[in-house]
Amino acid sequence: MRNAFIETLITLAEKNPRLMLITADLGFRIFDDFIERFPEQFLNVGVAEQNMIGVGTGLAQEGWTVFAYSIGNFSTLRCLEQIRNDAAYHNVNLTVVASGGGMAYGTLGMSHHATEDLAILRALPGITVTAPCDVLETVQLTQALADRPGVGYLRLERSSSLKSDQPVHLGQPRRLREGNDLTLMATGGIVSEVMAAAEMMVNHGIEARVLSIHTVKPLNPSEIHAAIIETGGIVTVEEHTVMGGLGSTVMECFVEQGMTPGFFMRLGLPDRAVDQVGDQAWLRTHYGLDAVAIVQRTRQLFATKKTQHCGIQ
Amino acid sequence: MNRSEACHKAWQNDTPMLAKHIRKHALMMTNRGNTAHIGSILSMTDIIAVLYGAVMRFDAAKPDWIGRDRFILSKGHAAAGVYAALAECGFFSTDILKSHCQSNSPLCGHLTHKPLPGIEHSTGSLGHGLSVACGRAYSLKKSGSDSRVFVVMGDGECDEGAIWEAALFAAHHQLDNLVVIIDRNHLQSMTTTENTVKLEPFADKWRAFGWAVDQLDGHDHTALNTRLTTLPFRSNQPNCLIANTVKGCGVGFMENQVLWHYRSPQGSEFIAACHALEHGDNSA
Repeated sequence: MRNAFIETLITLAEKNPRLMLITADLGFRIFDDFIERFPEQFLNVGVAEQNMIGVGTGLAQEGWTVFAYSIGNFSTLRCLEQIRNDAAYHNVNLTVVASGGGMAYGTLGMSHHATEDLAILRALPGITVTAPCDVLETVQLTQALADRPGVGYLRLERSSSLKSDQPVHLGQPRRLREGNDLTLMATGGIVSEVMAAAEMMVNHGIEARVLSIHTVKPLNPSEIHAAIIETGGIVTVEEHTVMGGLGSTVMECFVEQGMTPGFFMRLGLPDRAVDQVGDQAWLRTHYGLDAVAIVQRTRQLFATKKTQHCGIQ
Repeated sequence: MNRSEACHKAWQNDTPMLAKHIRKHALMMTNRGNTAHIGSILSMTDIIAVLYGAVMRFDAAKPDWIGRDRFILSKGHAAAGVYAALAECGFFSTDILKSHCQSNSPLCGHLTHKPLPGIEHSTGSLGHGLSVACGRAYSLKKSGSDSRVFVVMGDGECDEGAIWEAALFAAHHQLDNLVVIIDRNHLQSMTTTENTVKLEPFADKWRAFGWAVDQLDGHDHTALNTRLTTLPFRSNQPNCLIANTVKGCGVGFMENQVLWHYRSPQGSEFIAACHALEHGDNSA
């Protein structure tokens, strides 16, 4: 995803000489091509994230389209107030980019896990919050965020094995798999686990619909409503705390419509720090977020709730 | 610069008179709005008056004129002083000032760019302005513009780490089109700066960060005007002017008192303060 991001940025910079990539001293090697081709459109501010967002805001106020890059929480939580007061309040064209969303940095530990970013950034006024799950989403969302005014957030993970030709539209959930027994909804790299889980569920007689909710805000609720009407139950999966992230967003979408799904479950991280040591795959397993766990937890719910809610619809 | 001459015509460089008007407006505004920070406003008023009355290039009729100098008030709590200066320079009517900090007013207690013209950046949380100014100055320099970026910052505000991130950046990129004026009134929110976390040797700190530094009396209009009309201090270095000031300057009983960071001038105190400003009586 990082490569797709930087390749897209190169394409955009070719067309827009007022596009600036800023980094707070991260991105070793991955920006080499960009720097070589557009040395005047690259700025490393040093290990200084607050200054990065402030400088980025000032540049954007002078007419630049700005991408401000760092990893994990450094480009978000470290400089949250600059994002809020400077970038967002002035509605400048600036996209905050965080590489290593969720637990992508694995064994590097708690400091590097971006596991509250979606909830926190979603709360800031007017920010577009995105988490692509594959190359196509990364490309399309990077372009969309550059093209529109206002502050965006792009949560990247390091790689994805997913390949889908389904078109990507900012704000619109992307249906990656058809199914009518229930809907699995996920955001970011963990969509790959969800897709694998959906395939495994076939063996248990469950055809799951899968939505990649690459744009957490703003979110067009029609696919959420359709999921309830057409498939009954919803399970949300996020590599993020369950507090205020994707699951909460989805819940808001149907509760405010007065809709009740046949069943609803949020899979994500519990309300405590990720203090276990392991690579991303191990951590997903540990926290019950890998494909096997998603199948198991969904089947349990499916079996009980389907019985309970039988006849409601 | 014909345009800058035009914009200063209203004051014909009579910046002491502009300062007097700003002080009176600010006193009225904090009284009517029942709001704080009059001490901080009076502290920087002469700096603001010299910037808007004599130094900065702008066109009040075209606030977005690309050739303007940019001004950022980083100590956003002194907003009333900037609103007053903008009104006196014709950006909007002085009548608007009467609504300061009242419900449904365009003027809030910390500087906001919405919805009035002439305000480049909203502030209020300390330590934000300099980074934004760096981005502005970097862009202007890169595009070959001769516009300057002026920042007025508090001394207590320099406790914020982000200031020093920006200070490194400005020097590294040789932003000699960036001018920071520090309102050095030696007081912050609880007590003096030196009894809180000491800033001295303050000028040396800025020099060590690669800035060209000068110091003067921040209430001396001639000195301010002279120093700020010969920019940059040194080529390829950002400019730091430490303006030694008196918090509450112009109203004797407010001077050097932390209390007037918080207290709103009401009743007999308001009358006494008005009298002091009108008659130069500092002993009220």
